[in-house]
Amino acid sequence: MIVAEQKPLDELRQMLAPYDRLLILGCGTCVTVCFAGGEKEVAVLASALRMAEAIDGRGKAIAELTIHRQCEPEFVAELREKVGDAEAVLSLGCGVGVQAVAEALPGVRVLPGLNTKFMGQTVEPGQWKELCAACGNCVLDLTGGICPIARCSKSLLNGPCGGSEDGRCEIAPDVQCAWQLIYDRLTQLGLVHLMEEIIPAKDWSTARDGGPRRVVREDLAKLSQ
Amino acid sequence: MSFEPKIVAFCCHYCAFAAADLAGVMRLQYPPNVKIIKLPCTGRIDVIHLMRTFEDGADGIYVAGCLEGNCHYMEGNLRAKRRVRYTQQLLDQIGLGGARLEMYNMSSAEGPKFAQVAREFTERIRSLGPSPLKRGREEAEAAGERLEAVGTA
Amino acid sequence: MRAGSNLEKMLESGQFAVTAELGPPKGTNQRVVERKAEVLRQCCDAVNVTDNQTAIVRMSSLSVSILLKRMGLEPVMQITCRDRNRLAIQADVLGAVGFGIQNMLCLSGDHQKFGNHPTAKNVFDLDSIQLIQTLAGMRDRKKFAGGDDISGEAPLFVGAAANPFADPFEFRVIRLGKKVRAGANFIQTQPVFDVDRFKRWMDLVRKRELEQQTHILAGVTPIKSAGMARYMRDNVAGVGIPDSIVSRIEQAKDVKEEGIQIALEIIEQLKQIPGVHGIHIMAVGWEDIVPVIAEKAGLLPRPVV
Repeated sequence: MIVAEQKPLDELRQMLAPYDRLLILGCGTCVTVCFAGGEKEVAVLASALRMAEAIDGRGKAIAELTIHRQCEPEFVAELREKVGDAEAVLSLGCGVGVQAVAEALPGVRVLPGLNTKFMGQTVEPGQWKELCAACGNCVLDLTGGICPIARCSKSLLNGPCGGSEDGRCEIAPDVQCAWQLIYDRLTQLGLVHLMEEIIPAKDWSTARDGGPRRVVREDLAKLSQ
Repeated sequence: MSFEPKIVAFCCHYCAFAAADLAGVMRLQYPPNVKIIKLPCTGRIDVIHLMRTFEDGADGIYVAGCLEGNCHYMEGNLRAKRRVRYTQQLLDQIGLGGARLEMYNMSSAEGPKFAQVAREFTERIRSLGPSPLKRGREEAEAAGERLEAVGTA
Repeated sequence: MRAGSNLEKMLESGQFAVTAELGPPKGTNQRVVERKAEVLRQCCDAVNVTDNQTAIVRMSSLSVSILLKRMGLEPVMQITCRDRNRLAIQADVLGAVGFGIQNMLCLSGDHQKFGNHPTAKNVFDLDSIQLIQTLAGMRDRKKFAGGDDISGEAPLFVGAAANPFADPFEFRVIRLGKKVRAGANFIQTQPVFDVDRFKRWMDLVRKRELEQQTHILAGVTPIKSAGMARYMRDNVAGVGIPDSIVSRIEQAKDVKEEGIQIALEIIEQLKQIPGVHGIHIMAVGWEDIVPVIAEKAGLLPRPVV
């Protein structure tokens, strides 16, 4: 899922300073699961902002709404009626959600309440880690299901580098060396010989390096009227 | 005119509320400023409850639960502790002040402790003064307009 | 003979080679380079020029390699994968070859987090093994990585780094094998302090007959101070200084003398290990000591090949 974090309150207040009437918009999918922008987080943030502004002698009117998914055009289309006279919408969706909402509400100032971080998974309650970099050409079959692009700090395909010590990456003691993990996993699977093969230079054109990407399924296209 | 703090105490049924009952039976005095709200467990408390209580005008809030290790529901009071800490940080950030919120632990037999906590916390809030929200809202009277509340989908 | 560089000839002739390292300045003053180069001129067969080492911006390894070449020294141009993509690297190599630079060392590169521009985007278009393949391809197939022909020859003597002290231990030699298969003609290792561990690594190297397919130069770093010893033990990944050496330094009356003595003892042991074809002296910020060490280790004067 997409993992995001709320922007610091100071930053949000600065962004929202020009606007007196706001709608805080949550999303019921990824950001709910990582506790950044779901219904609960919308409620807490709205309360915090109301109080912060009131303490400073300002009367911001703040409404709250959460939709199932901000990245779904169908759900976002319903917002046109719900916006009312809000001057700005603070979207607590991921970067995709913010953009989808902005596109659905032309003329309305749509602002990002979150910093979208990565595609990842829950490690344990309260902790999420990055697992996939969307490189567009998955090599997880060669690495026993551990991604070297996302999880190796240098995205090496023929790792580990010389900075791997005790299962840790050189950049920080709490970062695991992905290639140590791959080595252990492949050993467990009896496939460590895969690591003796030289993986050639990657074709990065399938990744973001090749430009903003699109996926098209012609069999699923809208039927013409 | 001296300030009388409005205090809300979220108390768990098994310990803190029982201690409050006992304090009553023992005829122990504690300030009438404290309004007790009974919960099955302090683990029921979430950040939003504390925030909205302050929004609604409380000058101070405390959450009272069982002694650590003795929660009737095992870990409810530990969850409450973390949520209280999180809310304290948030309250500092917005300028209300995390000192207006506190977590206390006690057993059902500690009637005197219940009374003592009620007294001490009331005094703490008295010296902190009224919630800055009150004054802020008065200043904002002229500027404020209300947006229609929007229901969630 | 792949390129015919002095370093290659020295190694191919079976003589014990000596290389050293030169760190370019954090500025534009070429005199700094010239001074260091003169110190190293007589005591090594080739001089490594580092490439934004520890992700700190310095005068580029290409420009300093050209400078050394003009002074009549032989450079080993270090190339990391952190700052340049395959286009830039191949372009630099074309230019380097034009100036007669032949020895190239392929490295992953320290993460930019360590350096003075931690907010930079890192590149890592290639990893060090793919880089070795690319350079070998430029030389042997006369083609760019993308497939186009290169006009002209690219006589390169391609090197790589190896770290016998990093983890996983059992895999390090397999990775060395990958580098050799990718085309690494010579290898320079991280500094050796734990000679026993290095010997165990060399046992595994010889088991795979890798010392017959590539030339291994063992790294040597003289320790300058107790602080340096402790820092390397605690903070630098993959060096592995034994506590016994740290104690010797901490208890020494003349720390620098002890550091030199330890280095000399290590060199003597390295000379005895079969499959070790030379040493690579990395005297970080202490280039002046390299001729002293080379002399005391009995490695001077350098043979002419």
